[in-house]
Amino acid sequence: MTAALTETRPEPRAVRREALHFAVRNGKLVTGFAVVLVLLLTGLLGPLLLGSAPPNEYVAAPMLPPSAEHWFGTTTFGQDVFTQFVHGLRTTFAVGALGGGIAALIAMVVGFAAGYRGGLLDEALTMLTNVILVIPTLAVLLIVNAYLGIRGVAVQGLFIGLTSWPWAARAVRAQTFSLRTRDFVDLARLSGLGTGRIIAREIAPNMSSYLFMTFILLFGGSVLIASSLDFIGLGPTEGVSLGLMLQNATQWSALQLGLWWWFVPPGAAITAVVGALYVANVGLDEVFNPKLRTT
Amino acid sequence: MRRYFGRKLLVYALTFVVAVTVNWMIPRFMPGDPVAGMVARAGVSQPAAAEAMRAYYTNLFGLDRPLWQQYASFWGTLLRGDFGISIWLFPTPVSTVILRAVPYTLALMVPAVLLSWVAGNRLGAFAARRRLLDNTVLPLGYVLTATPYMWLAVILAWGLGVVAGWFPVAGGYSFSLQPSLTAGFLLDLLHHWVLPFLSLFLVALGGWAIGMRNMIIYELESDYASYLAALGAPARLIRRYAFRNALLPQITGLALQLGVLVAGALVTEIVFSYPGLGSLILKAIQNQDFFLLQGTFMFIVIGVLVANFVIDLVYVVVDPRTRAGMAGARG
Repeated sequence: MTAALTETRPEPRAVRREALHFAVRNGKLVTGFAVVLVLLLTGLLGPLLLGSAPPNEYVAAPMLPPSAEHWFGTTTFGQDVFTQFVHGLRTTFAVGALGGGIAALIAMVVGFAAGYRGGLLDEALTMLTNVILVIPTLAVLLIVNAYLGIRGVAVQGLFIGLTSWPWAARAVRAQTFSLRTRDFVDLARLSGLGTGRIIAREIAPNMSSYLFMTFILLFGGSVLIASSLDFIGLGPTEGVSLGLMLQNATQWSALQLGLWWWFVPPGAAITAVVGALYVANVGLDEVFNPKLRTT
Repeated sequence: MRRYFGRKLLVYALTFVVAVTVNWMIPRFMPGDPVAGMVARAGVSQPAAAEAMRAYYTNLFGLDRPLWQQYASFWGTLLRGDFGISIWLFPTPVSTVILRAVPYTLALMVPAVLLSWVAGNRLGAFAARRRLLDNTVLPLGYVLTATPYMWLAVILAWGLGVVAGWFPVAGGYSFSLQPSLTAGFLLDLLHHWVLPFLSLFLVALGGWAIGMRNMIIYELESDYASYLAALGAPARLIRRYAFRNALLPQITGLALQLGVLVAGALVTEIVFSYPGLGSLILKAIQNQDFFLLQGTFMFIVIGVLVANFVIDLVYVVVDPRTRAGMAGARG
């Protein structure tokens, strides 16, 4: 019986090798991840290479255009835009990972529980998901953050995660629902496996690619929401982020003064990170779903 | 159909209750003391005066009463349409301040959302049929939908406003004009409306185009499309059927995207100092006007709920299956 089972199911390592084969040949996936990786390394290594100078320090003459010394020029206060930019990238990735991670975790717990258990639990969780889905996320975050006196990146990520999970929970639930009646799940149930282990060992691995793609979309969404919050003036009270740079630039009339080097890089970086993630996501879809492969 | 609407209305009613409860809870259960904060912000130095203020605010919020009474009276004032007095524009009621701003936000959002939806669907359906178009529309769509709303607004304001000087970059109308129903004023209003509209429209457009393109490709692989093709139906006819089927998830998508679209409109208004709800929120935050902020929150929630319900109605009209009492596609 077990021998027959292992024969019908392909070797996991072979599956992985096949996915890798298509992954490295997928232009969208490679380009997307390359862009994200370059920006991530800039955010991780940049602050180390630039020394310990705090990003909001006044280091030079105000309103300098980009030059060899100040790559992205300086602000109206004489802060170095490039220093702010690399520190801001770090914050952006942190918020994305934290918000996206927490949202993915909640979505998985809710989705697995509702999809696998069904019944009354499913009804209750689906209702909860639908209710939170309808509430405009940013409006709730506005109220919460406005009442928080001191705001940090961690708390911002936490609240973004707590509010942006519903659509992902619905997706996970639907996938779980279609998997739970499969033969191998029945077999696991017959062999006396507990619910938690069935979900962890039989259901989740069969939708791991799907879960990963959901996380990528949640990551991108968190980055965008965080930048909106920062822009409205509810960003972290300490430090710097790409959204805060945009807020400062518009608040101190960089537009009217023509300081384009102040507001172009942060927005371009957010667009690049989120856009590259979306494109990589399409690539991943093609890798995992043979029907979508064009080659 | 009754079941479909019953379920929908239950979700919306629950959502409203949750929103009101959140609105009530956050000032009371957040770390820190909002009353102490307000007294501190007023900058009263005399202890006696500070104490009097403290007592006034505690009484005003009813913080000395049991929690359930506070909650009940919160609902009571809300249902009477009383959102409190704005601190920023003291002593104007919050509801008056908000109602003055709502037309601007609606005038910006409704055309931008509807037109981007229609144009995006057309564009996506167009892209799905030609490889060359697909290779240009798709990347552009991804860039647009990844763009933060405020950044595109800033870029447009700088490029078309400051550098080219074609459009004004701040306000809903020129400061030299008084609101009136003259052609000059309406033209000025339109002139100020173009850039915020364009920026909202463009960011939203990308997402719809991608969604429609993917749906059409999915629909063209389905059985009915193959059957029609086998019967020798022209490709145009098959695509028309695919388009109609692909529209349904796009309508659902519109409902799901409402929150994001509202958020986009808010930050776009802030960039252009457009006198809608977004600028109001900014002013409320800068002036620590929590009544105004919470009132705006309630208005946005109500607006989104109403829009959701309208989309449900449209869905019933468009999708005959919901009318026949079969399982509606919207869960």
